[in-house]
Amino acid sequence: MDTATLPRATAYNARPTIRGALRRIIAVFKDNQAFTFGVLLLLALYLFGVIGSQVVSPKKADMGANPLNLSPTWEHPLGTDGLGRDMFAVMVIGIPNTFKIGFLAGAVGVAIGTLIGLLAGYYRGVADAFFSSFADVMLVIPTLAILITVSAYVRVVTVEIMAVIVGLLAWPMPARVIRSQTLSLRERLFVEIAKLSGQNDFEIIAFQILPNLTAYLAASFVGAVSAGILAAVGLEVLGLGPQNVPTIGRTLYYAFRYTALFRGMWWWWGPPVVTLAIIFTGLFQMSTALDKYANPRLKGAMRG
Amino acid sequence: MRGMDLRYFVRRIGMFFLVIYVAASFNFLIPRLAPGNPIGAITSRMANASAGIENGQAMFEAYRKRFGLDEPIYVQYVKYLWNTVRLDLGQSLSAYPAEVWEIIRPAIGWSIGLIGVSVLLTFALGIAVGALLAWKGTPKIVKAVLPMTMIGGVLPYYLLAMLLLYIFAFTTRLFPMSGAYDSGIPRELSWQYISSIARHAVLPALSIILTSLGGWALTMRGLMVNTVGEDYMLLANAKGLPKRRILWWYSVRNAIPPQVTHLAIALGYVVSGAILVEIVFSYPGLGYQLYMSIVNSDYTVIQGITLVLAVSVGLCVLIIDLIYPRLDPRVTYVVESSG
Repeated sequence: MDTATLPRATAYNARPTIRGALRRIIAVFKDNQAFTFGVLLLLALYLFGVIGSQVVSPKKADMGANPLNLSPTWEHPLGTDGLGRDMFAVMVIGIPNTFKIGFLAGAVGVAIGTLIGLLAGYYRGVADAFFSSFADVMLVIPTLAILITVSAYVRVVTVEIMAVIVGLLAWPMPARVIRSQTLSLRERLFVEIAKLSGQNDFEIIAFQILPNLTAYLAASFVGAVSAGILAAVGLEVLGLGPQNVPTIGRTLYYAFRYTALFRGMWWWWGPPVVTLAIIFTGLFQMSTALDKYANPRLKGAMRG
Repeated sequence: MRGMDLRYFVRRIGMFFLVIYVAASFNFLIPRLAPGNPIGAITSRMANASAGIENGQAMFEAYRKRFGLDEPIYVQYVKYLWNTVRLDLGQSLSAYPAEVWEIIRPAIGWSIGLIGVSVLLTFALGIAVGALLAWKGTPKIVKAVLPMTMIGGVLPYYLLAMLLLYIFAFTTRLFPMSGAYDSGIPRELSWQYISSIARHAVLPALSIILTSLGGWALTMRGLMVNTVGEDYMLLANAKGLPKRRILWWYSVRNAIPPQVTHLAIALGYVVSGAILVEIVFSYPGLGYQLYMSIVNSDYTVIQGITLVLAVSVGLCVLIIDLIYPRLDPRVTYVVESSG
């Protein structure tokens, strides 16, 4: 056992062939294709909402502002619903609201989860045992049931309150992922070196461990946004979402309540369904693409 | 029990009770942290219902006493937990004085039937599809067709439920639109009654199966690919065992235990989805009952159902954890004595 292997290894790394590099770039691009597609899909939908809501007067989304039950015409591109709302106006105002809930909820969930995961994984001990058990318990309890109880009492008024309530219950999954990664990172050599060179715990967590978790943070965030929108729309479909503000879920709730499905009013229930399908397709593309970075074991599996 | 010592057993049971405790505590805390005054809201609702009551204040006090709200909060908490243990979930507010438990009980069976059957079917199908996707010997045609099973995976449960309802119940009328059985059939163990139940369950079950199948198949495929490099696969091939035998008894067999763990994790999520599916199809399970209680602002029933849901998922996860060492003999929870 001598050190003969070391120089050879460096030499191999130092002389990358052009073909090899090219292949790697193409591979990365291929990996990112799904991600890029997902981002573009969501971005397009969001821009559609933002630009649309600037063009359309928000008054048209009010109840009784238009004739009832119109099928799509030039004046009402998506028709009007059974309560006289212009469906196009409802959708373009609702889309940014739904995005806002999802991203805010995802941010709250990931922020709490990351903090708990980092501290529990780094310090271990009693706090870790407590938070890990708590996260496990929270993963078992059906979140939607808790959310329904909360929203039944706190009749949610604004988009922001809704997002925070959903986000407060979205932390266990990120916490678990970040904790398990922190557990392994804290044993690594560079953390030892940082410790020996006199960095304190905060510096080690913030500058040594956290930067190594970027892929996991991104994957957790996309997952949390997805779960947040799923839960929020679920609550809205039950009529427990923000009142007086058009959201995708609330549109579905009305479509349900006034039996749009059985009255053949496809322009009432169709747009929210298609919008949600686009949102979840985009998020799904992004999360599978990120999983490849966050979970290298899947790398071979996905390419099959 | 094999592969498990008392300490693990006790810890798992403890975990189960912790789930119940946390869920019950949520139920206790949420109404008390909520802005406004639930009991005030309830009494004012009752006052409205009986068109003005004399001595409203006295009635309010009486209700506070009746529900024990005049006691200090920790006494209320202990009493609440004790009542929960005794399955005394209080009385319904909208169908007062019916017991909450009596309202919930008939719904439990329908939910267990629907969710249980769909989850088991999804689990089995997911394993088969994932295995075939990963296997080298799968015919090309099958491999091209199988990914179609994943289309439903990007849609939330309730969306697929609505689409299925529209296509198969509303437009083509192949299946009934709502309920769990045809009214007018005697509820007895007859072929007519059972087939009616089955026909009503098809669409709700399909919504659950189609939305979760893709995820199961993908993870199964990943797990299968991981077994390829293992030594026992090399040995099995070297022994010249038939390819099919290697697929099912070496590759799939070893990929199943981690899938069971995923099942334990995913169960809470599936139940959340099933709640909404039941509402879409007016299926008389816990989810639909929950929806009706929200419509009626029946807080005690809402809380009762939340608790029952948490307890049932906790129980399933407990059972999975306890049988896990049997599925995967490599896993033991026995603490090794002396190194």
